[in-house]
Amino acid sequence: MDSPRYILTFVFSLTALVALMLTGLRQVTMEKAQLNEEIFNKRAILSAVETYLPDGKKVKDLSDDEVINIFKTKMQQYVVTPEGQPVEGVMAEDIDMAKERKLPVPERKLPVFVYTEGDKTCYILEIRGNGLWDEIWGNIALESDLNTIAGVAFDHKGETPGLGAEIKDNPAFPHQYIGKKLFDAQGNFVSVIAKKGGAEKGNEHQVDAITGATLTSDGVTDMFKNGIKLYLPYLEEMKSKNQQ
Amino acid sequence: MAETTVQEVKKEPFFGKKERQLLLDPINDNNPITVQVLGICSALAVTSMVFPALVMAVAVTLVTAFSNLTTSLVRNMIPKQVRMIVQLVIIAFLVTVVALLLKYLDYPVYKQLSVYIGLIITNCIVMGRLEAYAMANKPWRSFLDGLGNGLGYGAILLLVAFFREIFGKGSLLAGTPLEIKIIGPTADFLINTKESMLFGWYVNNNLMVLPTAAMFIIGIFIWIQRSRNRKLIDVS
Repeated sequence: MDSPRYILTFVFSLTALVALMLTGLRQVTMEKAQLNEEIFNKRAILSAVETYLPDGKKVKDLSDDEVINIFKTKMQQYVVTPEGQPVEGVMAEDIDMAKERKLPVPERKLPVFVYTEGDKTCYILEIRGNGLWDEIWGNIALESDLNTIAGVAFDHKGETPGLGAEIKDNPAFPHQYIGKKLFDAQGNFVSVIAKKGGAEKGNEHQVDAITGATLTSDGVTDMFKNGIKLYLPYLEEMKSKNQQ
Repeated sequence: MAETTVQEVKKEPFFGKKERQLLLDPINDNNPITVQVLGICSALAVTSMVFPALVMAVAVTLVTAFSNLTTSLVRNMIPKQVRMIVQLVIIAFLVTVVALLLKYLDYPVYKQLSVYIGLIITNCIVMGRLEAYAMANKPWRSFLDGLGNGLGYGAILLLVAFFREIFGKGSLLAGTPLEIKIIGPTADFLINTKESMLFGWYVNNNLMVLPTAAMFIIGIFIWIQRSRNRKLIDVS
């Protein structure tokens, strides 16, 4: 039997030592780790406009420097309120959608990325919602008419591999969204739904849901509708601005 | 007293038969997954593709080896009443180191494995080896025991992931520059099922992507291993 005094000394010094070493290691690795995270997030945004990347490249072909460079030269960032008003002094890439989602709607800040390549302009919006097990999120790129979808990229925290995770892993799923429309001919917001059993042919507001992952597909549908809804005032404003 | 210990050290070779056994036994005869039946949870969860399984195998091997080493170094200082907690602190420390290093070296893989890296702490292999071996043996041998068990675990992980990725996704090493696409419906696969008369019927098996498939595959491994190795049947 060891004395309580020895036990306490041992446990305290062990904990102190471990804490000290971990803090040190974190300090050393932090800078590079943050840069890695930043590039990871930027790649996710770029994958929504993959079809318009310079020289027909794919996101995975871009080097880290190229990613940063595209953001410097071809990407403008705005932050808007749900009323469509601009917010000054914040970068869109610094907005954490997971935190914004917990705030009441009027207090939220919405990031907008505007990507220009040649004479092409794309508006990239960020949406977030619930899948089956945990959060799912996505970047939606719109053509300059602010209606046609130029590309989407989804990601998730913990959907089932091979089923719900296909929203990210199977390129065919996000690919279906290209060319779909947010608004009907009268200009009413309809969104795009992932339809179980397959989309109707020629329907501009439907894509095929993932077989066996109905709940994740429904999550994507809800996220899409609710996420874009927040951006509607901004989209209206931009449309009238572009028409002038 | 001092003399006898010196003699003992002289008698034991640095890497003799015993050390060899410690390193190689867990890979087959005393495999942590198929014989000791430890670490099943992560073996089911992270084996849908080869590359994440490889990262996991390396991470667990590092953690088992170094936690065994550290624990064995301080084994005589650890107060018996709190030994499990001390072991946990050591394991948690090493796992955090692995997580920090992954974030530093390969962020996408860190993202992919995030939850499971944290779960190494609860991987029974690590604590099982600390309790069963490192608390009663010298540092060098404990280190080898940890290394061996990590390798044994990793070997099964890679084998399972190999079968699951080929049949579930039709590829191998996806997510790395070495990616090979083996069987699927487009021309960049080695076997193009759209144009092939022989394999036109093949569709990726969705069951293989689910953890259930890993259970079947591990079950088959145990079956094969036991039918080949009489020693294991006599033990149980």
